[in-house]
Amino acid sequence: MAVDEITGTRIRDRRVDRGIKQADLAARVGISPPYLNLIEHNKRRIAGKLLTDIAAALDVPTEQLSQGVNASVLDKLHAAAASFSANVELARAEDMTIRFPGWSALIVKQAKQVSDLQDHVRVLTDRMTYDPELAGSLHQVITAVTSVRSAASILVGSEEIDADWQARFHRNIYDDSVRLAASSEALIRYLDTPDTIGAAQTAPVDDMETALAAVDYHIAALEWTGRADLAQIAKELLPKTGVAHDLMLRFLTTYQADAALMPLDAFGPVAKELNYDPLALSARFGVPVDAVLRRLSGLPKADGHPSMGLAVADASGAMLFRKLVGGFALPRAGAGCPLWPLFTAFGRPDQPIRADVALPDAGEQRFLCYAVAKPVGAAGFDAPPVLHATMLIIPDLPEGVNTPIPAGVSCRICPRQSCAARREPSAMR
Amino acid sequence: MAKRVLLIEDEPNIIEAISFILSRDGWTVHTHEDGTSAMDKVLALPPDLIILDVMLPGRSGFDILRDLRENAVTADTPVMMLTARGQARDRELADRLGANHFMTKPFSNADVRDHVWNLMGEA
Repeated sequence: MAVDEITGTRIRDRRVDRGIKQADLAARVGISPPYLNLIEHNKRRIAGKLLTDIAAALDVPTEQLSQGVNASVLDKLHAAAASFSANVELARAEDMTIRFPGWSALIVKQAKQVSDLQDHVRVLTDRMTYDPELAGSLHQVITAVTSVRSAASILVGSEEIDADWQARFHRNIYDDSVRLAASSEALIRYLDTPDTIGAAQTAPVDDMETALAAVDYHIAALEWTGRADLAQIAKELLPKTGVAHDLMLRFLTTYQADAALMPLDAFGPVAKELNYDPLALSARFGVPVDAVLRRLSGLPKADGHPSMGLAVADASGAMLFRKLVGGFALPRAGAGCPLWPLFTAFGRPDQPIRADVALPDAGEQRFLCYAVAKPVGAAGFDAPPVLHATMLIIPDLPEGVNTPIPAGVSCRICPRQSCAARREPSAMR
Repeated sequence: MAKRVLLIEDEPNIIEAISFILSRDGWTVHTHEDGTSAMDKVLALPPDLIILDVMLPGRSGFDILRDLRENAVTADTPVMMLTARGQARDRELADRLGANHFMTKPFSNADVRDHVWNLMGEA
């Protein structure tokens, strides 16, 4: 649309905003109402003195009618007002961008900074919630502080307590203070490590996992055999470009392939019937076990399937993909427990592993884990093998199925002091 | 007969301190440290009030609270949740599942006593 065409619309909008009748404005500037009507409907060009007169009659700068405003800035001002639920004069936003372009730009810039800081806080909060090392250390500290506070409060209270109880609470305070000191030191060391500070920044894989968690890792749009626009689905799930988008596309591509091999309508009921046994499902559908593990982890809870976690790692121990499941914490940046079937699978490529795993920080809660390591990429003579291991995690395993592997989440927060796989001392008691 | 409080918590020193202060107030305090068998303990008593930690061995306090509210015997039993995690989402979850009070560690003994008195008054 040409500038002049928009000018008529602007005149009409301002006139209506100010409650001025078309005939009155026409009279003020010395033209007929029908002519003003043609101008307002962009059927007559307007410039020069008439435009200046109309602007004066409407009490707006001439350039506000002739040039409009920077739409981008205006949009951002509206977005800033909306994000703060601010009770501002939205109808005057356009005036402001023209009269005070510097202040407008400042508001936009500040709104952007606030938004960025909110994102940062969200990432840090997320870290507090999901970083098992940090959460474990903090929990230890808070528990010890609670215990000390409670016992000390009893001892200094006005009511008398007998000597035996006094001795017990003194001992408890001493024990808790020792534990508190150890936990605090471990926490400070952890927080002082530059790597952990860097890890607080949102990574593309974090963005992807957050987006997938929002849909419980189930992509309904790919549960049919027709064509699907993966790029569009990726964009809808995660409106970001770059690495995060590429990772999402890769996930969707694999998901689509798995869904084609194991259509949900058939796979869901059979999975239930076979008690989610990956090998039986692999044989029934004639597909690789790792594909079955991925497919099981994405079964919708709404269909009555249990929630299952998934971890994919490469042989360096780097976590390529995580779907968290209650009680089984998967560290973001490696340093998991080498006793997990996820890692032992690398020693037996292509051979599925089934193991019950007990985790101490989940109260010896047991998990049924299935894992398999598979080569990735094209085969090549004398090329180093590239393996990815996939592990499905099923919580709420009834006791007594098999002797569980006493594993952990990470050495730093694992209380199994005599574990042969220990890499570093534990901060736990 | 004194009303019964069941404290489901796995930290021995916290158990000892809370048991002490509530017993001194005249409540009969029972304790249990395991999440998996917590419901069995509740149904065997059953208590007039439950103090329930969130992070327990075996099952989380939230899962136990869900079971408590779905069971006709315990649906109306006052429950006070204890947690080291005071995040808004945990409070919301506790509210949604039907907790009567949500207390964040480190709490004061006075707060525990006051809320037990208040909740016992509602029981």
